[in-house]
Amino acid sequence: MAVMTYREALNLALREEMHRDPRVFVIGEEVGLYQGAYKVTQGLLEEFGPERIVDTPIAESGFTGIGIGAAMVGLRPVVEMMTFNFALLALDQIVNSAAKMNYMSGGQYNIPIVIRGPGGPAAQLAAQHSQSMETYFYHVPGLKVVRPSTPADAKGLLKAAIRDDNPVIFIESETLYALKGEVPDDPDFVIPLGQGIVRREGTDVTVVAYMGMLYRALEAAEELAVEGISVEIVDPRTLRPMDTELILASVRKTHRAVVVEAGAGFAGMGSEIAACITEQGFDELDAPVERVTGESAPMPYARNLEKAKTPSKEKIVAAIRRVCYANGNGS
Amino acid sequence: MAVSRVVMPKLSEAMETGKLIKWLKGEGDRVNGGDILAEVETDKADVEMEAFGAGVLRKVLLQPGEQAPVGTLIAVIAEPDEDISAVLAAAPSTPATAAAVLPRSAPAVAPRPVAPAPRPVAPAPAPQPVAAVAAASRGRVKASPLAKKIAAQSGVDLRLIQGSGPGGRIVRRDVEAAATAAPAAAPARAATPGVGYEDRPLTPMRAIIARQMPLSKAPVPHFYVTSEIAMDRAWDLREALNALEGQPKISVNDLIVRACALALLEHPGVNASFRGESIRVHHRAHLGIAVALDEGLITPVLRDADGKSLAQIAVESRELAERARHRKLRATELSGATFSISNLGMLDVDEFSAIINPPEGAILAVGSVRRIPVVVGDGLGVGRRMRVTLSCDHRVMDGAMGARFLQSVKRLLEEPLRLLV
Repeated sequence: MAVMTYREALNLALREEMHRDPRVFVIGEEVGLYQGAYKVTQGLLEEFGPERIVDTPIAESGFTGIGIGAAMVGLRPVVEMMTFNFALLALDQIVNSAAKMNYMSGGQYNIPIVIRGPGGPAAQLAAQHSQSMETYFYHVPGLKVVRPSTPADAKGLLKAAIRDDNPVIFIESETLYALKGEVPDDPDFVIPLGQGIVRREGTDVTVVAYMGMLYRALEAAEELAVEGISVEIVDPRTLRPMDTELILASVRKTHRAVVVEAGAGFAGMGSEIAACITEQGFDELDAPVERVTGESAPMPYARNLEKAKTPSKEKIVAAIRRVCYANGNGS
Repeated sequence: MAVSRVVMPKLSEAMETGKLIKWLKGEGDRVNGGDILAEVETDKADVEMEAFGAGVLRKVLLQPGEQAPVGTLIAVIAEPDEDISAVLAAAPSTPATAAAVLPRSAPAVAPRPVAPAPRPVAPAPAPQPVAAVAAASRGRVKASPLAKKIAAQSGVDLRLIQGSGPGGRIVRRDVEAAATAAPAAAPARAATPGVGYEDRPLTPMRAIIARQMPLSKAPVPHFYVTSEIAMDRAWDLREALNALEGQPKISVNDLIVRACALALLEHPGVNASFRGESIRVHHRAHLGIAVALDEGLITPVLRDADGKSLAQIAVESRELAERARHRKLRATELSGATFSISNLGMLDVDEFSAIINPPEGAILAVGSVRRIPVVVGDGLGVGRRMRVTLSCDHRVMDGAMGARFLQSVKRLLEEPLRLLV
């Protein structure tokens, strides 16, 4: 185990996988000479050369298409989006080509591509650069969607994504790049896609949260522990395929659930998880599943308004109290 | 034969609404006066309701599990060919209008008065605006899926539970509380694990105690008189009586009931009620005997205790307590006491003070019989002693009267053969 940042863990995963498999290469804006807009690819150009660390023009649709074409003929590209908001420009390539090629070719072509980069609200990046982009992708059959919350998960899940034979959308976070944590040294440390984890054990309510919201949920759990409310926190890690069994097992224990997501709530991750819990765990519920989501509005630039739009610890605490029928629920 | 209106009866002093548990007659069944028509849950007990008129139960207006304020039309009895549309049309659509539509043409059916009420029947309270409660109890029961599952497993009837969740939703803790409270319920479950507190909904009994006690304590100026009674001879007498074959077992409480009943005859001023402009002195001693239940306290009434032997008192009070525990008391057994006794002796209590149950004028709080060192002549010996505290309504009596009453109780118990003559 070594302590390293989330950013370093991603860098290590790329290096290990590039050593392990000569078919793996990185392509994107500023990934080479500039060492990566967020320094995730630092040192890779020197180590692997310009054939495997490919700088591109500002043309997301183009270099994503190059990546898909390379995957069709047997390479394993890692496409970096400077931020995932720019993946909107490559949406046709991702949705219509990457996700569907295996199906439409009758299984002749696998697309073992990873499209990665930071997404979600950060710090005053305003309306166009603060979006929780996972919602655009997990709706699409054929795509896997990963959101790693810790340095160890960043490494283990990126390696699993690179080794996967299907297109994987891998969304990191600006706010987590500097987060430090223990990361296994083992070059074969891989976290299977579709496997969630219980981040905190509890008995009274299940909170499902990932990325920055996970850390707010953990703070909320600490606050409520003082009141005697024991919160269990489940981090799905992979949004599609989703580890529904882990979530349902937790709900069977606590009988209450709150889902937290940074993005706007309508048709969001919270809706999907709430539907899953209701369909498969209805008889276990002692309260309706609550969602804590971002407000339905473009992300404002002003710091105070950004804070108001994003789910806060206070909102999470209030939702947990409501499902626990704890004080002040108006009952 | 006139059309008979069946209304929600007033079955206890404090009853404002009643909940129908079940109809024992169905629509179309022939009913004779005195038949048991239905079971009604009051704040204190489940009570059987007798039919007053004869005829056919033509129409039932209250479904099991629903509540109605006292006086609300809940059914109509008439001959099959009689027109009941006028009575039905006059049935209140909301409880608030119930008082306005009591027609004189059709006799309202009240529960049969079985025993004379201890005081003139107070004017029936104006129907409370309980539309919300009634509406909530009508229609489907709102309960969480988990609450329904647990209720099905533990045999709890959700229709009889008040939900504590938003909008009255029944949630797990409500079902678990009900399962724990019900006499035939499964073993108590642990409270929600981990949560440091829980909000338990008031049971009907707890709700009535909560409502009545401030009305009992605040407006009634209490004073207290305590006395210590040597119980050695009463103890010996009880052992001697209980050694007799074929005689019912006598408890210490039975001796105290008998002593109080006799002392009340001697001091009628204590057997009295404050009535604003006058004090009503009762000629007979109806003794309320407090019985502790899991969900509260109930005080069944042993009527005419002054005329009953120790054996009668023993048998009847045991039976009353037993039925109180199973909520099977009749309405007449729940009201009309002129004096009450609350005995915590079995719980190792030195002494305590009780709250008077209006309109009674006094209540005796009884502690444990203890073996303690006592002065005998110039030396020390061991004696059985019991401390009792009389709570008195100062509007009815003064300290000296209370003290003289206690002296009589003390004399009766210290010279217990007096209890037998």
